Amino acid sequence: MRQDSNAYIIGFATAVCLVCSIVVSTSAVALRERQDRNKVLDRQTQVLVVAGLLEEGQNVSPEDVESLFDEHIQIRVINLETGGYEDSIESSTYDQRKATKDPSASRAAPANNAGLTRLPDNALVYQRVEDDAVQSLILPIEGKGLWSTLYGFIALAPDTTTIQGITFYEHGETPGLGGEVDNPTWKALWVGRQAYDSDWAPAIEVIKGAAGPVAEDPYRVDGLSGSTLTARGVTNLVQFWLGENGFDPYLERLRAEGSGS
Amino acid sequence: MNAKQKSALLDPLFNDNPIAAQVLGICSALAVTTKLETSVVMSIAVIAVMSLSNLTISIIRNLIPSSIRIIVQLTVIASLVIVTDQVLQAFFFDISKQLSVFVGLIITNCIVMGRAEAYAMQNPPVDSLLDGLGNGLGYSLILIVVGFFRELIGSGKLFGVQVLPLVTDGGWYQPNGLFVLAPGAFFIIGILIWLLRTWKPELQED
Repeated sequence: MRQDSNAYIIGFATAVCLVCSIVVSTSAVALRERQDRNKVLDRQTQVLVVAGLLEEGQNVSPEDVESLFDEHIQIRVINLETGGYEDSIESSTYDQRKATKDPSASRAAPANNAGLTRLPDNALVYQRVEDDAVQSLILPIEGKGLWSTLYGFIALAPDTTTIQGITFYEHGETPGLGGEVDNPTWKALWVGRQAYDSDWAPAIEVIKGAAGPVAEDPYRVDGLSGSTLTARGVTNLVQFWLGENGFDPYLERLRAEGSGS
Repeated sequence: MNAKQKSALLDPLFNDNPIAAQVLGICSALAVTTKLETSVVMSIAVIAVMSLSNLTISIIRNLIPSSIRIIVQLTVIASLVIVTDQVLQAFFFDISKQLSVFVGLIITNCIVMGRAEAYAMQNPPVDSLLDGLGNGLGYSLILIVVGFFRELIGSGKLFGVQVLPLVTDGGWYQPNGLFVLAPGAFFIIGILIWLLRTWKPELQED
């Protein structure tokens, strides 16, 4: 067959595509398990970091991460609308991101600035428990930045307003600009600030320029230079998840229980 | 190794360096060089992709119909890049997170396709493999030098280890934030190109 005949070209193209797709899918399938384990470990590490049990960038073996996590962190599933616990759902296997996409386990999100289109019916909360007392509430947060959806955690003290830490474990913001949401120095600025104002409305925001020290300026965090839109996205998504469609019903319940006892 | 193979491997290091002499692949050289660690991993990824794509394309070079040769090259390169990305995600998860989209963007790195089209299509497999390896090393050389200076000047670290104590930690070094941003890489690459052309005047254009 001549090399410039149409039949040869189509045959050759098909063969190349076939071989390449086999190579690509084989590698994807063969490595899937390892990648999934990495993702779980990464999430557990982030929870431990935001709970203050691990240092950022500290080198620990996967086994240590797992044992630390099992020892200190309790995962609970809550109903986002009522704020109550849903203990009928197995928390260790509940996949909030999958549920968000599943029409039977999620609903359309109300209008919001965080770029969210669907909300899961149930959400995961991680509690750091020491001596049977909850020390931190670690809440998953997500929302649109400039280019991408940011996924992260915010850790609150048992008073449900003092921020103990924030972290984003997955995003696609511009490295060096919006990507600086990963900067440990910036994340440290959140610690000790207040998520809610005195009327329990979400108040924390990322501003342009520098905010004051924690004691004088408890509701504001320094902006990231060169990434106004990412910073605005962070403000929107944090406020959304602290708001009435996010974890507010749950946190309100906790406060009611706390003052009752 | 004959003379031709030797020059395929060694020329791209200095005489015909893809970044400094041909000024290709600048985009990723700016993006991933804020730290030495990411520079090294990116270098290894590019070396792997470029050697294997050159080798593969050279093996099938006489079978590729010339009317679809660019698409075929792209398909081969894209597949290799995806495999590389998968391997990084499985074995170097942290670094693959930092490199984020840039591993995927190796596909668009002009050096890879440039070598496939300009060299692997005309030369036998072993020579092409060496040419891919050489160009990958030439790219890596620049990336690692740039990464070294950017991390050292920009954050006082090397491979994440603090070598210059920072003022904020009670030391004496005030880091130059410019080097963490893209312009820092432009300055360093510019200086490297200048040095290389001073050393090898035959590279200068009129």
